[in-house]
Amino acid sequence: MKDFIRLRGVSKKFGDFVAVDNVDLDIERGELFSILGGSGCGKTTLLRMLAGFELPTSGSIEIDGVDVTDQPPYERHVNMMFQSYAVFPHMTVEKNIGYGLRKEKLPQPEIAKRVDEMLELVQLQELRSRKPDQLSGGQRQRVALARALIKQPKVLLLDEPLAALDKKLRERTQFELMNIQDELGITFVVVTHDQEEAMTLSSRIAVMDRGQFRQIGTPKEIYEFPSNRFVAEFIGTINTFSGHVTARDEDSISVAATEAGVTLTALGKQAVEEGQQIEIAIRPEKIFVSKEKPDDGDAVCLPGVVDDLGYLGNRSLYRIRLESGKIVQVSSQNRRRSVTRFLEWEDKVWISWRPRSAVVLLD
Amino acid sequence: MYRKLIIAAPYLWLLIFFLAPFAIVLRISLADPVIAQPPYSPTYSPDSFTFLLTDKLYAITYLRSVIMAAGATLLCLALGFPMAYGIARCQPATRNMLLLLIILPFWISFLLRVYAWMGLMNNYGAINNLLMWLGIVDQPVQLMYTDFAIFVGLAYSYLPFMILPLYATLERMDLDLVEAAQDLGASRSRAFWDVTWPLARPGVIAGCLLVFIPAMGEYVIPYLLGGSESLLIGRVLFDEFFVNRDWPLASAVAVILLLLLVVPIVLLQRYQARDQEGTA
Repeated sequence: MKDFIRLRGVSKKFGDFVAVDNVDLDIERGELFSILGGSGCGKTTLLRMLAGFELPTSGSIEIDGVDVTDQPPYERHVNMMFQSYAVFPHMTVEKNIGYGLRKEKLPQPEIAKRVDEMLELVQLQELRSRKPDQLSGGQRQRVALARALIKQPKVLLLDEPLAALDKKLRERTQFELMNIQDELGITFVVVTHDQEEAMTLSSRIAVMDRGQFRQIGTPKEIYEFPSNRFVAEFIGTINTFSGHVTARDEDSISVAATEAGVTLTALGKQAVEEGQQIEIAIRPEKIFVSKEKPDDGDAVCLPGVVDDLGYLGNRSLYRIRLESGKIVQVSSQNRRRSVTRFLEWEDKVWISWRPRSAVVLLD
Repeated sequence: MYRKLIIAAPYLWLLIFFLAPFAIVLRISLADPVIAQPPYSPTYSPDSFTFLLTDKLYAITYLRSVIMAAGATLLCLALGFPMAYGIARCQPATRNMLLLLIILPFWISFLLRVYAWMGLMNNYGAINNLLMWLGIVDQPVQLMYTDFAIFVGLAYSYLPFMILPLYATLERMDLDLVEAAQDLGASRSRAFWDVTWPLARPGVIAGCLLVFIPAMGEYVIPYLLGGSESLLIGRVLFDEFFVNRDWPLASAVAVILLLLLVVPIVLLQRYQARDQEGTA
């Protein structure tokens, strides 16, 4: 199947500053695709090029088989939901939602019918004749969404769609967005700096840094198999041990990690040479803490002491200091209810993990 | 107590410096002119008003003033809107510089600036010299002492009063709104009329009032730049007071001028209030 959105060699320069650097990207029809990155990584510029507000310095953009590289925004079958929502303050909810159809010069009854459908979809029927300053942030967000969706775009672009909402509302809206996307089958491209938002929403994520993609994959791939150090550290927390490659076989690599005091083995198919300096990385929740040395021949077991701990309700965070002085972060679920703490500061403990849980990072 | 005092201050100001003088002017307008000190009678008569309303010359003068002021206001709007828009879209550093340039003329006396226009527009002034040097005309064009000169003088003098309130509204406007309109299928010009213009309206109204009201009663500019036969209401007012010494008639002219200015403002406010209610 041919890709629905195709970017080839797209760059955008502002003077000397390269905001987007020679990017290729393929997005399939009906995907909920996220572009994730910190501020200034070029994600918003990329989105604005998809919308047509910025023209690429070089490269081409194709949507549904049509080259739209030089098309102005009002000719593209792409609509955008702005971070600020950009709801027109001088128009009622109804007028806002119907704006795009009025610009298409559709007959009035048709506009009225489709506005009604949209009002129902975003559950704003009762507020139809309100003005935006009489709406809450969440309601304004829905007006912005309905206004963009009513044009039945081929692609809906969402710039930080949930950033302005409080935590509870954000979680609810996340699922609403997913349902709406599922119902209408429109391709969504979301730009966000919030990894949690990207993880729950998306079918695939592109992690962006300094104008380039560092990894593109499903949320699971990105989290469990980060292909480089940037992605590993950007998404969640990760412990890394660096060292020289001592051995490798078909799908695993061993490293003499001085900080751990032992040889560590991790899954990895990368081409490495013996003696090369690489990193073994392991997520905090993949590590177990115990007071006794675990009886597991395969596991990596390292002694240490509790340097710090934090109780978060559903889980506890531990910072374990190894003999080398290296701090390892461990996260464990609080399965049992208990008033007393399982571990205290300066307790002697063992941390352990399965080699299959660790990954190899090259850069 | 303290709060009431503060709230009372602006009202007190209005009472002393607006309502009281207006009451005095109204009182004089209802008197008869006499040759005495002061030059009006202690009696009441509507003669000044009946004279004003029956003599066509006054009606024409009012009308000419309205047209002049309205024309100058439109010219200021046409020049000021793009300037304010441009300034509002600049980098903050450039923006402050440009705003300073807009305000800078106020450092020089208003009278001097009007005199400078005389120098520019007279028969052997800079403008005519330039036109002749370029070969566009072979003899000087009469610019000074025409309605055109008044028009230029008004537009020049009041332009900053148009730009500043426009700038204030345009600078606050969210640029995403214009992009959103374009995203939804509006061309650049359509987006301007659908979004930028209606949102700039408070600034447009404020700017127009700030230009129109003083331009209506302007005396110095028509006196210095206009011809002796170009009658405007400010000039008439001055002449009735100081040349004819007909204080009641002059006061009547002032009262009617005030009504002409107040009525549109009240209507406008009522319209805006209704607009606000529409949102509720």
